[in-house]
Amino acid sequence: MSAEINASGERSTGRLPQGEAVRQNVAVRQRRGRVWEAVLFASTVVGIVILVMLAFNIVNDAFGGIAVQSVVEEEELTDGRQLEALSQQELVGILETNLRSRVLRNLERERPLAERSKEELIDIINQEIIKPEVVAIYPLSEFLFNRPAIEAELAEAFPRAELQFKSWLNWNFLTSPMSSNPLQAGIRTAILGTLSLLLLTILIAFPLGIGAAIYLEEYNSDKPFDERSPVGRWLNRAIQRTAGLIETNIYNLSGVPSIIYGILGLAIFVRALEPITSGAVFGANEGVTANGRTILSAALTMSLLVLPVVIISSQEAIRAVPSSLRQASYGLGATKWQTVWKIVLPNALPGILTGTILAISRAIGETAPLIVIGASTFIVTDPSGLFSKFTVLPLQIYNWTSRPQEEFRAIAAAAIIVLLILLLSLNAAAILLRNYLRSKRIST
Amino acid sequence: MTSATYDSKYAIETRDMHIYYGAFRAVKDVTFGIERNKITALIGPSGCGKSTVLRSFNRMNDLIPGARTEGEVLYHGQNLYGPDVDAVQVRREIGMVFQKPNPFPKSIYDNIAYGPRINGWKGSKAEMDELVERALRGAALWDEVKDDLKKSGLALSGGQQQRLCIARALAVEPEVILMDEPCSALDPISTLKIEELMFELRQNYTIVIVTHNMQQAARASDYTAFFLMDKDDRAGQLIEYDTTNNIFQNPKDKRTEEYISGRFG
Ligand SMILES: Nc1ncnc2c1ncn2[C@@H]1O[C@H](COP(=O)(O)OP(=O)(O)O)[C@@H](O)[C@H]1O
Ligand SMILES: [Mg+2]
Repeated sequence: MSAEINASGERSTGRLPQGEAVRQNVAVRQRRGRVWEAVLFASTVVGIVILVMLAFNIVNDAFGGIAVQSVVEEEELTDGRQLEALSQQELVGILETNLRSRVLRNLERERPLAERSKEELIDIINQEIIKPEVVAIYPLSEFLFNRPAIEAELAEAFPRAELQFKSWLNWNFLTSPMSSNPLQAGIRTAILGTLSLLLLTILIAFPLGIGAAIYLEEYNSDKPFDERSPVGRWLNRAIQRTAGLIETNIYNLSGVPSIIYGILGLAIFVRALEPITSGAVFGANEGVTANGRTILSAALTMSLLVLPVVIISSQEAIRAVPSSLRQASYGLGATKWQTVWKIVLPNALPGILTGTILAISRAIGETAPLIVIGASTFIVTDPSGLFSKFTVLPLQIYNWTSRPQEEFRAIAAAAIIVLLILLLSLNAAAILLRNYLRSKRIST
Repeated sequence: MTSATYDSKYAIETRDMHIYYGAFRAVKDVTFGIERNKITALIGPSGCGKSTVLRSFNRMNDLIPGARTEGEVLYHGQNLYGPDVDAVQVRREIGMVFQKPNPFPKSIYDNIAYGPRINGWKGSKAEMDELVERALRGAALWDEVKDDLKKSGLALSGGQQQRLCIARALAVEPEVILMDEPCSALDPISTLKIEELMFELRQNYTIVIVTHNMQQAARASDYTAFFLMDKDDRAGQLIEYDTTNNIFQNPKDKRTEEYISGRFG
């Protein structure tokens, strides 16, 4: 490793380190590299820590302990036996001795107790007599690691309360509609709303965005009108100017805050186009209650919001198709449309799909524009069509997190988990679809 | 486009052709004729406009924004740049093979079938099978791929890919085949195969080939056109056009002689 120094200085300018200095110089450069490596590693760690904290926070709220206290203990009613073990007559007997006569009469009038099934009777006993009530809730971390303190606290405040594990995310939560009682509230309406909004947005934004991207990438330089007449020249120029304007501003559009799209949607779709978006012109009678604040308006607004990103990512995918393939196609006598349809699009499709699904999946989490266009925050009926009222998961979450009771925070966390699962599965679907299309397009 | 009455020994003739890229004149004043059923080589140093001239023969230059051709390019006596001529029809009759092999990311079979299909193929599946075989035989590739026509065209070697591209061009039954340095990305053995193939094809097609390789031009062509860039305006021009024998044995222009003897370019 010893560099020879030319005595006459002919081979060396003397400006580069020589001999021992080389070793030192290399060591310094290597050290600098390692410092940067450590910095990069640290930023990765910060990212991961943030992710873990996020996950911890959500899980901590969505699961945990609840202290349930009943008005009457089950054992007192049944002399230590289980409700399920009793016969139908015994259950009726319990109801008759413990309920006030007016309540009893009402129940009998609905349907005689003797005709009801055991399950039904047990439900009634639970609701009307035992009346379990959540008196305190604890996040998961406290429930797991702070048990003695919790139990002591409970013993003092609610001596009869029973501490049990609670997953706020459960089947009932997924399938019940909204309710003002956090223990009964569910997200069925919101899930259906989010899914239908998503589907509609895809149906609107996909064809529009891909179409615009194809035009901008493949047809932009075309002169559709006759260049020899002044009118034709003028029209060609106008088309090209417009396309140029769109092309240069599309990045700006994708950066516009989403609430501004909400304001736009409110002005155009909810107000100006109300006869259409409320379904009035199609004779849909739901329009009477929803006005223009329908799922259709929301989907149109969301489409506006994601359109720039859909266009940009489609353009990138189209641009990534090698021009040699286009030339090969043209060289065989293909028209522009044939080349686009049979060569460019199939090769760009995997990229287009991943890009656009990712873009659209961002829209699932959007809240601001939906608030602006007036999506419902409290609604118990499922969306039933283009012209119905609706709510979506983020809106529901937003609504719950803004309430003071702890129970709402817990179900908000459970809803966040559902939203995240929805997002992740959509992204996973995008990746699977891309891989499938890639493998179908034989390429090795 | 084919007119039966037109009768000339030339498949393609250019008259006072100038080609521009925007304001830049890349090629000036080219007047010559490509003989039918012969191989014509276009030679000259890099940047002298060989590819530009070649692409003007099937209007591939139209795809380059700002490219413009002045003068006439006659094919069967008709100006290819006339107002009523559709470039799509021109390219169907004058096919092209590119410098870098560019098979579609499809099966070998579909690579060949693509051209006929987009050009309104009306035959049956069996007839298409036949056409694919004929095109592959025509490009001397059949024996190597006949057992897996379902394989991707991209899975072939470079030389095979280029022959696949030739087969693909043959499948639309063109009259003229333009080749832009078709062997520049290939090894010597593949190159030799393509040259042999050109000799075969000459019986049925007119071939124009751009080549960088002097030996190839001397070996594999009947006519040679030598292009050189004008030092003053950097526009390529046709210096000398003759039989390959004359160009290589007995060039009339001093610049041609200097070029083929390797003294510049
Ligand atoms: N697409 C293009 N746009 C602008 N100029 C071009 C383009 N293609 C080629 N040229 C120019 O035209 C001249 C001839 O190019 P080309 O025909 O490719 O030469 P050759 O094939 O002989 O090497 C060169 O000066 C080149 O820079
Ligand atoms: Mg070239």
